[in-house]
Amino acid sequence: MSESTMRVTLKVWRQAGPGQAGRFATYTASDVSPDMSFLEMLDVVNEGLTERGESPIAFDHDCREGICGACGMMINGVAHGPMQATTTCQLHMRSFRDGDTITLEPWRAQAFPVIRDLCVDRGALDRIVQAGGFVSVNTGSARDGNAIPIAKTAADAAMDAAACIGCGACVAACPNGSASLFTGAKIAHLGELPQGQPERGRRALSMVTQMDLEHFGGCTLFGECQVACPKAISIDVIARMNRDYWMATLFEREGVATGGDA
Amino acid sequence: MTAAAKAGASRRGRLATFASSTVGRKIAMAVSGLMMAGFLVIHMTANLLAYAGPEHINAYSRFLHNVPELLWGARIALLAALVVHVTSAILLTRVSATARPVGYDQREAQVATIAARTIRWLSVLLALFIVLHLLHFTTGTLLPGFAEGDPYANLVNAFSTQRWAAAFYLVMMVVVGLHLYHGTWSAIRTLGLSRPRRNPFSRPVATVLAVALWLGFTAVPVGVLLGLVGPRPSATASR
Ligand code: HEM
Ligand code: FES
Repeated sequence: MSESTMRVTLKVWRQAGPGQAGRFATYTASDVSPDMSFLEMLDVVNEGLTERGESPIAFDHDCREGICGACGMMINGVAHGPMQATTTCQLHMRSFRDGDTITLEPWRAQAFPVIRDLCVDRGALDRIVQAGGFVSVNTGSARDGNAIPIAKTAADAAMDAAACIGCGACVAACPNGSASLFTGAKIAHLGELPQGQPERGRRALSMVTQMDLEHFGGCTLFGECQVACPKAISIDVIARMNRDYWMATLFEREGVATGGDA
Repeated sequence: MTAAAKAGASRRGRLATFASSTVGRKIAMAVSGLMMAGFLVIHMTANLLAYAGPEHINAYSRFLHNVPELLWGARIALLAALVVHVTSAILLTRVSATARPVGYDQREAQVATIAARTIRWLSVLLALFIVLHLLHFTTGTLLPGFAEGDPYANLVNAFSTQRWAAAFYLVMMVVVGLHLYHGTWSAIRTLGLSRPRRNPFSRPVATVLAVALWLGFTAVPVGVLLGLVGPRPSATASR
């Protein structure tokens, strides 16, 4: 029994509410099975805290199968922890060693205020999407699904970008706190497809403007976002966003929209 | 309609937004940086004429000085590029500094190259270098025995008699190489001119340019120190 279980020390950021002072608190998780997911391990720690009458560690999660984008925290200084292309919920304790100390911090960015402990408000990303991350279609009877031919290469590129689940790891990992990978992915996902063409220029202008309004930093192409991304989205989408942006600055005919002020 | 929306409606408004946006400023840095990189290629090639002997490099210098429109046109364009480049860099660095007011207790860089991680600090050195370099070879302020219109003599004089100059130039050319190793690769992406790649971190063009400039610029001071450039190798001996 003792051979197959592990004991880890957690150094966790605790903060009671937005704008309040926070601090690190240390907890011990013993009898941890290597087959537990990282969040299950936190669930067990939280049960112990609740039993002792202490407040549990708040962290975001929903699907727990790596598809929704709700979970995410800085684990030992790496967004979503040591496994590449993996969300926090899909990380398992076998990625750690018995006796390890694990530091847990919330995503840190001016645009992502801490709500509590490891939960941050990622509404800024939603507002970037509201500003232009859509295509306008007239409602009515549904169109034939294959009415618009789409090249395989375009469909593949769009799907790769559409894999973005909006978790915010790119911002968290970026030394500049930039949301360029996120915004670039949303722009590429629609801009690769024929349906995305009519609003392509306006989309780039609006979304980049909103990104700046939200106080994200500028991109210096460190490349940290790409390795932090649980969906392994390539920084190629950033190059695409930049090109769409300067082309639209010169040639776009319509105005920009924004998703509201930050 | 928000202020941003109104500004986006006209090209003029969009250009104003562009100039104050993070992406726009980065594009301005890329364009001005590539202009300066182009200058460095010409400058490095011209420097290598020193190996061909005094007539050649001095003839090139005479040619430039005999066509003031060209010389001053280039100087003004380069100064403008430098101002745009440096101003944008400062403004963008300030935005980044405020984008994460509370830092991490622990953070591990995963892939960022040394060149990228040091570029902000080393570029301060680069700016200092440009000033000293102009005082050295263009005005001659820092070079005792400076001979107007004889760059060959000045090169030999500087690198054989001023040890600080040889050392400083050798170190600074590594900085220039690092700057362009990140800068060129980054500029191509900032302008969206790159094609999607299996490994977007590979940088053949930037590597060739950075290494070529480093080697080419380094060759001249090294040539003087080794006696390959200069009338008498013994001139390196004492001071
Ligand atoms: C070992 C490296 C270098 C050497 C030996 C060198 C040498 C020289 C010389 C001899 C001149 C004067 C040319 C003349 O009077 O006709 C000059 C001018 C200049 N160099 Fe360099 N240089 C080097 C690297 C650089 C680098 C890396 C930069 C830019 C970052 C640079 C920027 C300039 C500028 C701006 C001028 C002035 C051009 C003008 O007269 O307007 N140089 N250099
Ligand atoms: S909880 Fe849905 S991706 Fe992790």
